[in-house]
Amino acid sequence: MTNPRFAALAFAAAIAFIAATMLIPNDYYFSAAYTVLQFVILATAWNVLGGYAGYVNFGSAAFFAVGAYSSVFLYKAVHPPLIVSIAVGTVVAGLLGMAVGYLTLRLRGVFFAIATLALAVVLYTFVVNWDYVGGARGAYILQPKDLPFGLKRYIHVLYMAMVLMTAAALVIARTIETSAIGRGLAAIRDDELAAECAGVPTLRLKILAATVSGSLMGMAGTTFPYYLSYVEPSAAFNLSYAVNTIAMPLIGGMTMWAGPLVGAVLLGTVQQVVQVTVSSEWNLLIVGVLLVVFVTLAPNGIVGWVARLRRKR
Amino acid sequence: MTPSPTLPQGGGRPLPAQGRGRLLAISGVTKRFGGFTALESVDLTVAPGERLGLIGPNGSGKSTLVNCIAGTLRHEAGTIAFKDRDIGRLPAFKRVHLGVARSFQIPRPFASMSVADNLRIPLLYGAGAPLTLNTQSATAEAMRILEQVGLAGKAHAMSGGLTQVDMRKLELARAIAAKPALLIADESMAGLSASEVDEILVLLLGMKEHGVAVIMIEHVMRAVMKFSERIAVLVAGRKIADGDPKAVVADRDVVKAYLGE
Repeated sequence: MTNPRFAALAFAAAIAFIAATMLIPNDYYFSAAYTVLQFVILATAWNVLGGYAGYVNFGSAAFFAVGAYSSVFLYKAVHPPLIVSIAVGTVVAGLLGMAVGYLTLRLRGVFFAIATLALAVVLYTFVVNWDYVGGARGAYILQPKDLPFGLKRYIHVLYMAMVLMTAAALVIARTIETSAIGRGLAAIRDDELAAECAGVPTLRLKILAATVSGSLMGMAGTTFPYYLSYVEPSAAFNLSYAVNTIAMPLIGGMTMWAGPLVGAVLLGTVQQVVQVTVSSEWNLLIVGVLLVVFVTLAPNGIVGWVARLRRKR
Repeated sequence: MTPSPTLPQGGGRPLPAQGRGRLLAISGVTKRFGGFTALESVDLTVAPGERLGLIGPNGSGKSTLVNCIAGTLRHEAGTIAFKDRDIGRLPAFKRVHLGVARSFQIPRPFASMSVADNLRIPLLYGAGAPLTLNTQSATAEAMRILEQVGLAGKAHAMSGGLTQVDMRKLELARAIAAKPALLIADESMAGLSASEVDEILVLLLGMKEHGVAVIMIEHVMRAVMKFSERIAVLVAGRKIADGDPKAVVADRDVVKAYLGE
């Protein structure tokens, strides 16, 4: 399937999704779906750098929080429409991603992972001490009263935005994967020196991947303050974002765009169900158990496992 | 001070390729690792389409020189000119675009890709006109090169599972796929059987038809003598001989370096 056709299909599916769920009366499903979709975007975004290029980013929470806090800042400053918040947060997180891309010049493997984790800690400390956006107390955001398209509740607006952003993220990830850029990134993942000696502009591609990855993670965070009406640093910078965004592509499969989608839907849904039926305390335990199972039984994730089954036939 | 690339300095010996119009002109290249001098003021030239054998005992700086030419190491002093252009400060991938390609002594395949997909990377990013992904022309070109090196039967095998011999062939195939004007084969024949050495030799000799100059770094002397129009000898980071193969291997200094007094 060509990329434009895939894009058309993805957005058609998104609109169908939005239309179908409008028939559901219970608001809980919207907020559950919102959370799952948020993880689909985070996992897809992480995978652009982590899965395609092989640079493991442990600082997903930092990018997510940069998106969230740029929304908070804009809200305090000018009360912009939601779409402006989304755009600005995406750009700011993208700039941070570009900076991380330059880190790959000197840092590889474990050292890169630690550097990104440190980045999250530094930004967390910065936000905690930044009074304008609420500091450690956190910040309140009032959901706007007037709703577009005749929607009844604000969660519908957020849900709609999330569905469209998810479609956009998947289209971008797939376009990268199937293009020359994706081939170059795969070569970098396999052997960076050999890639450079085959003519691949490794630094340029890594910076591009880091920028796209960072901006999409930030995008997923921009609506977060509106969703909760209240943000505090420890919520936005929660380590569970970093853990989940790595676990989901690992479980789903890291070399294809469908992997993070499958992993995030599976893990996100299980977490939502358990949160309602048992307790949210179980969430990280589930991630841990699933990770152990998949790393031992299906090291290429669900998508890789299915592809292998198909080849065998 | 940047000596003109057309006037190599030092060495004392006449440079045989002089006046033939140079593809590669290295002059005074020095590379140190801490206190250890791996290359000391090395001069070397290669003419378009020339076949140069580069020999020397282990640790004499052959691979370091390759790395400096390919851009995977930066030399401290001297100039490296390619097609009359100083490439000494260019990143490795830009040198590939200009037409310098190398194979690695220890094979470095893109292990998650099939053999054919390994070639698609240089076909896409190398010095040739970029072949669009997955098109028939890219596939046909990849297969043509794989046939040349005798890997056509394994085009769809995963490159990570190849034997050492096949990995060496893949190294060469990938370098050829980058469409170079200068191909540097870093010990492509080590560990190969006599008939396999001949296969690779025929392949490298055939590069001349395409106007590709080849620097062959090799310990297999039979291959070096058959292949080279000219031989340069590195010992302990210095070039001690450069010229006609028969004369060079008979040179007293060269014999001394290999066999002692």
